Amino acid sequence: MKNRKTVASRAPDPSQEPDGNANPSLGGEIRGKIGRQLREMYDDVVAQGVPDRFVELLNRLEKQNEK
Amino acid sequence: MKLDPSIREAVLAAVPSLRAFAISLSGNVDRADDLVQETLLRALVNIDSFEPGTNLSAWLFTILRNLFRSEYRKRRREVEDGDGTYAESLKSQPEQEARVEFREFRAALAKLPSDQREALILVGASGFSYEEAAGICGCAVGTIKSRVNRARTRLAELMSIESLDDFGPDRATRAVLSGGERS
Repeated sequence: MKNRKTVASRAPDPSQEPDGNANPSLGGEIRGKIGRQLREMYDDVVAQGVPDRFVELLNRLEKQNEK
Repeated sequence: MKLDPSIREAVLAAVPSLRAFAISLSGNVDRADDLVQETLLRALVNIDSFEPGTNLSAWLFTILRNLFRSEYRKRRREVEDGDGTYAESLKSQPEQEARVEFREFRAALAKLPSDQREALILVGASGFSYEEAAGICGCAVGTIKSRVNRARTRLAELMSIESLDDFGPDRATRAVLSGGERS
């Protein structure tokens, strides 16, 4: 199912996109740092995986719906 | 109704990113997890309105974002945690020096207006295209682009102030000098 890919596969680094030049005053060093820290922060949570409560939630919902 | 196994798998696969997005919106892990739970409930109740073949994770992000927005309007004052609980959500703490820098970054991120922050996260961290982010936020692609740009500019300003204070006042010059390098 291709949908899952969107989140899993990273879009190109936004700092590399043409649009990224819209702020010529923005230093490349700082821009790169922003991108890295943003992803680091986000990926730290992503790396925690799927907490059990969400698997249990789906199981429960499916059981309910079977009735 | 038994969930289509591929849908079930795709929903679960989206959970880690939904949590990361929810934490970045709410700044609070517990509330973020409640938000994700509510999102999954809504999604499964309304699964028939999901069009197969379209982007499931974008659909889930849209639900989560709308839930957050409607809740946010109700409890505007308690929402922005900013710094504290974010740190608690992070298991792998980097080195001491990097940690300070990281905390500064989160503090700067928390100072952004929420529409700019969500646009930056969706495009810069979740990996959505500008078009997908626009769909999730219910606005024009140009709006997303300008929000992302403003967010980056503002963050850079906030972080320049933090990191370049030691080097004297002329950070505009410094920014230009370092402008050649790209990440």
